[in-house]
Amino acid sequence: MVETMTIKEPMDALVDNLQVEPPKKTLIEARNVDVFYGNFQALKNINITIEENSVTAFIGPSGCGKSTFLRCFNRMNDYIDEFSIKGEVLIDSKKIYWRNVAVEELRKEVGMVFQKPNPFPKSIFDNVAYGLKIQGIKDKTFLEERVVKSLKDVALWDEVKDELKKSALALSGGQQQRLCIARTLAVKPKIILMDEPTSALDPISTAKIEELMFELKKEYTIVIVTHNMQQAGRISDKTAFFYMGDLVEYGETKQIFTNPKKERTQNYITGRFG
Amino acid sequence: MKNGVQNDSFFKMKFSEKIIVTLLKFAASITILTTIGIIMVLLFETINFFKEVSFWDFITDKEWTPLFAQKHFGILPLVTGTLLTTFIAIAVALPVGLTIAIYLNMYAPKGFRKIFKPLLEVLAAVPTVVYGFFALTVVTPFLQSIYPDLAGFNALSAGIVMGIMIIPFVSSLSEDALYAVPKTLKEAAFGMGSTRFQTSFKVMVPAASSGIMVSIILAISRAIGETMIVAIAAGQQPRFGFDPTVPIETITAYIVQVSMGDVPHGSLEYRTIFAAGITLFVFTFVLNSVSFWIKKRYQEKYD
Repeated sequence: MVETMTIKEPMDALVDNLQVEPPKKTLIEARNVDVFYGNFQALKNINITIEENSVTAFIGPSGCGKSTFLRCFNRMNDYIDEFSIKGEVLIDSKKIYWRNVAVEELRKEVGMVFQKPNPFPKSIFDNVAYGLKIQGIKDKTFLEERVVKSLKDVALWDEVKDELKKSALALSGGQQQRLCIARTLAVKPKIILMDEPTSALDPISTAKIEELMFELKKEYTIVIVTHNMQQAGRISDKTAFFYMGDLVEYGETKQIFTNPKKERTQNYITGRFG
Repeated sequence: MKNGVQNDSFFKMKFSEKIIVTLLKFAASITILTTIGIIMVLLFETINFFKEVSFWDFITDKEWTPLFAQKHFGILPLVTGTLLTTFIAIAVALPVGLTIAIYLNMYAPKGFRKIFKPLLEVLAAVPTVVYGFFALTVVTPFLQSIYPDLAGFNALSAGIVMGIMIIPFVSSLSEDALYAVPKTLKEAAFGMGSTRFQTSFKVMVPAASSGIMVSIILAISRAIGETMIVAIAAGQQPRFGFDPTVPIETITAYIVQVSMGDVPHGSLEYRTIFAAGITLFVFTFVLNSVSFWIKKRYQEKYD
């Protein structure tokens, strides 16, 4: 008995080693990122790497810079007056703040879901097809396939399949948010940024979207900003804690929530401030 | 005793409040009474007019010659003149005004918008008589240098200048409508990888369409009622048809012409201006009602 055990153990270890996936590719990288709004420094020397097919949660109190940082990945901060950035942000090893980068192309790779559901005042079908249509795709069967696939991916298909021509604004808040995710999926981005995607939704809709993220992770890389500690704990592989423009701690979600290295992280996740 | 004093002051407050309420009601009723008064006068004189002229002739006869020996009372020439100048004005104001609105909302730096918008609104503050002379002495000669057959008085240059005058109506109100589109919608469009142009025309303009429609209708309403420019630059020849190169006459210009002439008070010729006036009133009333309806029907689509 003892003998077999001792023989089996190194064998198991060997098998385990063989099954370990190759190290995941780094998809997002920030190097020494400083962000300023005028004279106010919103982010201070942030360094982070985010791997493919993972869910990363950004947590921290309001005004800590987590949303600002998220919006650096698809350059949505470009429209804010007095915004300036130093350092490098790399998506798929490409510097996205390089002068010659076409932001429109970048955003086809890096989709975004917002805090409040914001469907276009168009039909359900046209909302999902929007991203493809602005790329000049007119092939009807292709558009239909993509729309159906995207709606199925967000588990909205059964609810809306008979009313694709209906205005998207007639849907409930939770349905609208899933529609917005479907709209983002339709253009097949690599990365999906989610800025507090469930903060305006009821618990049932929230649960549906969290469930969805587990599925989406297989094909996409997700970065989510959330104020909901339990949500971050439930859905993310890695968690980054921001405080006053600093990235205080970044690591495996399990480690951050059970054994944080910094006292500030400990205080925040246990609800002592923030 | 104490109670009595309290009641007294209580009563006084109520009394002064009553005076204020009465004053406010009086002020409000002045405008309503004026409107009713105008409509009454128009109706009264128009009824007298139609005692002598058949309504059928009025709306079908293609000649308007109440001041000639051979009298015809067909409003159509004045209507076509009005529609023609209005159409030309809108053809100028709509593309230019909408382009300005989109530029200010989507492209211009914020500081520029703050300076440019009030400056543009100055266009609406220029006295219309100045526009009239601008049309007659600058635009018409310029157009004649391109198209020599153009008459000295014509619908084209009056319409173009009227269009310039109403540009701020279209651009300012349309810009307000674009500005009222929720910021989240603009973010959604940009987030999907739309260019500014795609965001403008595929998302912002459709989302602001009700406000833009209202701005256009109000501009049309303004153009139909505009008097001085057409009276000065478009001529005074009622003519049925839509040729922009010849002199025409609009409803408003006709009213000016007769009011300033020596037509005897109470005569049939005098009453024609009320018949013309009520036609004009019906036009603008319908347009304003439509814009009000659009505003109510399509407003607050988003919360």
